[in-house]
Amino acid sequence: MSEYSNKKNEEFSPVHTNKVGGSPYTGVIGWIDNRLPIFRIFKHEYLDFQVPKTLNYFWSFGGILMICLIFLIITGLALGMHYKPSADEAFNSVEKIMRDVNFGWLIRYAHMNLASFFFIAVYLHIFRSLYYGSYKEPRQLMWLLGITIFFLMIATAFLGYTLPWGQMSYWGATVITNLFSAIPLVGEGIVTWLWGDYSVGDAALNRFYVLHWLIAFLIVGIVVFHVIALHIVGSNNPSGIEPKDTRDTVSFSPFTTSKDLVGMLVFILIFVAVMMFAPNYLGHPDNYIPANPMVTPAHIVPEWYFLPFYAILRAIPDKLMGVIAMVSSIAILGLLPWLDFSKVRSSVFRPIWKQCVFLFVLDFFLLMYVGAMPAEGIYLVLGRIGTIYWFAFFIILAPLVSIYEKPLPMPQSINEYMDWKKKGKIKTFNFTG
Amino acid sequence: MDKNNNNSKPTRRDFIYTLTASLGVLGAGASVWPIVSQMNPDSSVKAMSTVEVDISKVDKGKEITVMWRGKPVFIKRRTEDEITKARNISLGELPHPETDKKRVLKDEWLVVVGICTHLGCVPINGKGEYGGWFCPCHGSHYDTSGRIRKGPAPTNLEVPKYKFVGNDKIIIG
Ligand code: HEM
Ligand code: FES
Repeated sequence: MSEYSNKKNEEFSPVHTNKVGGSPYTGVIGWIDNRLPIFRIFKHEYLDFQVPKTLNYFWSFGGILMICLIFLIITGLALGMHYKPSADEAFNSVEKIMRDVNFGWLIRYAHMNLASFFFIAVYLHIFRSLYYGSYKEPRQLMWLLGITIFFLMIATAFLGYTLPWGQMSYWGATVITNLFSAIPLVGEGIVTWLWGDYSVGDAALNRFYVLHWLIAFLIVGIVVFHVIALHIVGSNNPSGIEPKDTRDTVSFSPFTTSKDLVGMLVFILIFVAVMMFAPNYLGHPDNYIPANPMVTPAHIVPEWYFLPFYAILRAIPDKLMGVIAMVSSIAILGLLPWLDFSKVRSSVFRPIWKQCVFLFVLDFFLLMYVGAMPAEGIYLVLGRIGTIYWFAFFIILAPLVSIYEKPLPMPQSINEYMDWKKKGKIKTFNFTG
Repeated sequence: MDKNNNNSKPTRRDFIYTLTASLGVLGAGASVWPIVSQMNPDSSVKAMSTVEVDISKVDKGKEITVMWRGKPVFIKRRTEDEITKARNISLGELPHPETDKKRVLKDEWLVVVGICTHLGCVPINGKGEYGGWFCPCHGSHYDTSGRIRKGPAPTNLEVPKYKFVGNDKIIIG
């Protein structure tokens, strides 16, 4: 025992503070990689990484979402160089971007439509996870991180939509921030605090701009966690069967990368077509009228991607309960891994759950339609039916089907699955699995 | 951690821990508060909180809208008919019971904040089933006293603080 250490001899263990080395590369790359293992990690996680060989095109949407996010940030940075976040200047600065700034029209239309396509991709991505049971053990945390990202996407898309300071921006901001006034006692105080004023105005716009940026980068952070978790638990696949050895898998590059590339190109093609030929199709014409705090447009609607949740808000005649229902309609997704406890992952082998999921998709579109219509008469009735099914899907159907459903016979391995599929013994989407 | 478990008397070390923790909490609170508070309305916004309105040119049955704290305020000069309509109703029928008398200073003049108490849209004058206002956003109907009668709004249109100055002027705020 030394004078400077109180550890006895038997308590010693060696330490490894110096870990330089171990890179599979040589030369400059090896030198860097020995000290900062980014190349090794990249090789391990993106070149040699094993994925099930049954993945179909639904698995391309993760990569597509990544591309959307990157381009949203690039176009957002470019817009930020010309945009002015003040109530007096915002609308005109956006018009200036559209008319005067070099390629401003292109950059803004790209940013606007990318936001929409981001949601198209995320909805397909979520559908994939629902249909193939990707939320189940061991991928629950990925699912929860995904829902967190979805909430943040909603927040940042809402904030972004307020920035051009048109009529829809202004009244959307008013209605959505007022949702907080439903909170008993402190609600009004919270709303005033959010606004920094007694109504939505200059103060609100300025902070919305700051938060619009911040949340975009928070999304990047959570996406990193989402991907790290993916590389621990591995990809699910249409059969829902875990791969056992390399006979069931292919390496990420070049197989998955090239398949993803095809998916991305098709997606980009559709995106560019919409952006160039119908750039305002997914938006609302009233947002080209400057914000007017004295007049509400006759029919305010949110962006298309919020319509189903807006329909749920309006289906409930009570203010506080409406808000609670809307928030929980998304939050409840987070409970699905525990509400659906069937041991079988993929709906391919779950004849009843499969129908429930298809009905859920129909319900989503029904609510989307209702959300765009005025809240009266038949639309209120449809909205209520849609809302009831939405919640019943999680709270009632998921556990009941888990208990009573008799799954179809399952193949033992991914190879056997492919074999059965080829022989027509199982029916799936013919989506190039 | 400390060896005097059997002895329930606090030690000097316990004292240091408690002190450090309390100071830590205090310090954290003191640094968070300004960051939270800066988001509330600033003094210039609070200073702009009254407006003076000339009402001499408003005819019977007409309404003017003025801006107060960034919000529209409706000033309505009601007809006899509209006043009777607002008064001939039993409180039991109202979702948010308030008598018309309580909501006005002079029978003829109704002054309300033109913000729907549901989610903040501006209701439209002269529309709706009760002769007052109709909110287009989610369908709230208000009567000629600005009281909610039908729809998702929980409360009546707010009556701001105001006073008459002579016969032609109102000061709001
Ligand atoms: C998570 C990704 C993002 C989403 C979903 C998103 C969404 C939106 C939406 C819907 C709009 C309104 C478009 C319109 O109607 O004109 C918008 C505007 C804007 N965004 Fe983003 N955005 C994202 C990321 C970013 C980033 C990272 C920045 C800056 C670094 C940014 C900067 C801007 C600016 C300056 C505007 C106002 C100009 C305009 O209205 O065209 N955005 N955003
Ligand atoms: S804001 Fe008026 S009814 Fe909802």
